[in-house]
Amino acid sequence: MTEIIVVTSGKGGVGKTTTSASMACGLARRGKRVAVIDFDIGLRNLDLIMGCERRVVYDFVNVINGDCALKQALIKDKRLETLSVLAASQTRDKDALTEEGVRRVLDELIAEEFDYILCDSPAGIEKGAHLAMFFADRAVVVVNPEVSSVRDSDRILGLLSSKTHRSANGNGGVKEHLLLTRYNPRRVANGEMMSVQDVKEILGLDVIGVIPESPDVLAASNSGVPVILNEDSDAAAAYGDAVARLLGEELPLRFLEEPKRGFFARMFGG
Amino acid sequence: MGLLALFRSKPNSASIAKERLRIIVAQERGGRGGPDYLPLLRRELLQVIHKYVNVDPEAVQINLEREAGHEVLEFSVALPEKPAG
Repeated sequence: MTEIIVVTSGKGGVGKTTTSASMACGLARRGKRVAVIDFDIGLRNLDLIMGCERRVVYDFVNVINGDCALKQALIKDKRLETLSVLAASQTRDKDALTEEGVRRVLDELIAEEFDYILCDSPAGIEKGAHLAMFFADRAVVVVNPEVSSVRDSDRILGLLSSKTHRSANGNGGVKEHLLLTRYNPRRVANGEMMSVQDVKEILGLDVIGVIPESPDVLAASNSGVPVILNEDSDAAAAYGDAVARLLGEELPLRFLEEPKRGFFARMFGG
Repeated sequence: MGLLALFRSKPNSASIAKERLRIIVAQERGGRGGPDYLPLLRRELLQVIHKYVNVDPEAVQINLEREAGHEVLEFSVALPEKPAG
């Protein structure tokens, strides 16, 4: 049984692609067969975050147009053998993605018996974002504890409950989860940043993960190795937990408190 | 929080953010699921009212209630205490 998961947010730059890459790796690391698809047509970036940018020969739109077979376009990850990446096209043609084309590609991936298909949505609420969520069984809504991101996430939640295949056919709707990124416990403690609880209350959704703000995330994208694969990173551990929760494990949230600092740092630190 | 921070007035912008979001999200959710013409209808009604009375846009409430078998469009305008103009 294949599960289709959309990683979405509305607002740009909140960490959708970072999350897609890390969750795809996390699921594959647990032996799941995973395909992760970049829906950001014209602005391909998942390949860079995954570190496979030089191996892209064919892309999503090529498969839709029948220029190649799906197998030729799927890039097998070199670190995790059950993980494949389907890159976005760099075309400027806004109509390159069609509902029918996307459905065909997803059906073929389902026939290939992938366990999970992750759809990395573009920002905004245009066609790419619409099609990324349209066939989803589940949604991971990535949100920063910041006003514009929270508001845009709520807009996306509205679309998930009205403009998707599941909502239209009344078969239970899309299961939605929140994933907070760039969480800074020190600023939360100082009252400068909304807490997990605040965001959860406003949006009324369960939280599947809280990723602490970390320099490791930029280091990971610099090197093309998804942050979850960095053994020493809190952000990696937090993504690992989110993957476990996605698979139904119940784990308490971690990294919500600022790390303990020494006496002098506490007395004189800002 | 360091010792120096105790002497500064503590700005709790997070609670301001939460309160603002609570209101705007509730408002935007209210408008969802209604017909697409609702925002335009609201705007045009507001323009018409403005020709006669100077009301605050926030004093105009438009609600769509669904009951068994029919829908009721409820429209309420809180008029200012003194008639304008």
